[in-house]
Amino acid sequence: MSTPSGIGSENYSLTVNGRSHDVKDSWIGESLLYVLRERLGLPGAKGACEQGECGSCTVVVDGRAVCSCLVLAASVVDTSIVTVEGLGDGGRLSDVQQAFLDCGGVQCGFCTPGFIVAVHHLLESVPDPDDHQIREALSGNICSCTGYGRILEAVQQVAVARRSK
Amino acid sequence: MTVLAPRTVDELERILADSPDHTILSGGTDLMVEVNLHGRRPTAIVSLRSVEELHAWTFDHERVTIGAAVPYATMEVGELAGLVPALAQAARTVGSPQIRAAGTLGGNLGTCSPAGDGLPVLSALEATVHIRGNGDRRDVPFADFMVGVKRNALRAGEFVHSVSIPRVDGWQGYAKVGTRNAMVIANASTCLVRDRSAGRVRVALGAVGPTILRCPEAESWLAANSDLRGNTPPSADVRAEFSRLVSQASRPIDDHRSTAEYRRHAVGVLARRLLERSYQ
Repeated sequence: MSTPSGIGSENYSLTVNGRSHDVKDSWIGESLLYVLRERLGLPGAKGACEQGECGSCTVVVDGRAVCSCLVLAASVVDTSIVTVEGLGDGGRLSDVQQAFLDCGGVQCGFCTPGFIVAVHHLLESVPDPDDHQIREALSGNICSCTGYGRILEAVQQVAVARRSK
Repeated sequence: MTVLAPRTVDELERILADSPDHTILSGGTDLMVEVNLHGRRPTAIVSLRSVEELHAWTFDHERVTIGAAVPYATMEVGELAGLVPALAQAARTVGSPQIRAAGTLGGNLGTCSPAGDGLPVLSALEATVHIRGNGDRRDVPFADFMVGVKRNALRAGEFVHSVSIPRVDGWQGYAKVGTRNAMVIANASTCLVRDRSAGRVRVALGAVGPTILRCPEAESWLAANSDLRGNTPPSADVRAEFSRLVSQASRPIDDHRSTAEYRRHAVGVLARRLLERSYQ
């Protein structure tokens, strides 16, 4: 009979972008979004609605793109977490980030990190998405500035570029 | 507050038996909203993330059994979607891809909102909820599981283990009305199952009453007035009367999402459309 792995104390660690981070002296009910931004110095994921409606806090947990505001940080201690900070290559923009710039898919930029994570996640599972698949995959990310045309264009551009490599 | 992460169903059962006031965390799409925005402060949380048995689903000739922690993302595509098409359709209407990657059928049952998208499907397919806890197992028909708005038949120390859905020879579908296509909670929803071998239709309504509502009068009237076994669609008059009887079975209220009048109308339209689709 094994003992339940209780995390009674306020100290635990999270594996974010391949690195282990200690979370100390936190309140155990904190969301992953809060812990990333306020305790680990990773402000890429943005907090807006804090109820899973806007997608600006999207990160990948255990291979699934989820809203980090709805993840209890202390419940994801044994898994891999990828944030927007983990997508570029040593200070260089990822192809998706560059395409958003090229296509004008960024205006105020608040929703952008969530979109970038969602697009990377989409293209990993569906390398050649059609317009409907792109719209569906991004239906949980809300942009209130540009609209979505240039964002959709950016996704298509990356998909085409990756195929021709 | 503490967070516990059991790895087995036995461990989970023991934790809940010792401290029945523990709050169960499944996908987090309901509980974390309460914590983030409504000041909910559970004394202890038990996370289902590591309880592997609850993340599995199986099927045989008679039924499909889905673990409480299986996310909607697993139900909306692939083999499971082919086995329970109405559940796949309902799953696809839940929130967004991010929400469907997290939210679970067990969470839908635990929260028991009348607008829960999985629940009309479980009602129309006459699913059984498998409950564990306090060293015991109970199987409860969905109709007896949901007892009110956000109230269910779970007792202290109990949890939903899985749900069994009988396989039906026939057609099944789910439809929902909301203010837009994505990220929407149902204003009204309907699941219709046309069981060809039994010559029966079963209709369940969401978000139009304190629980998911079945429509016994509409179901038996349609069985008596149409060919549910064959391929001949009911006449326009029959479809209209069926639609009226479904609307009549609803018990909606006015709230911030919609009006009672609109909801009553909407479920009738949805039921008629689903019936028509079942013959296409």
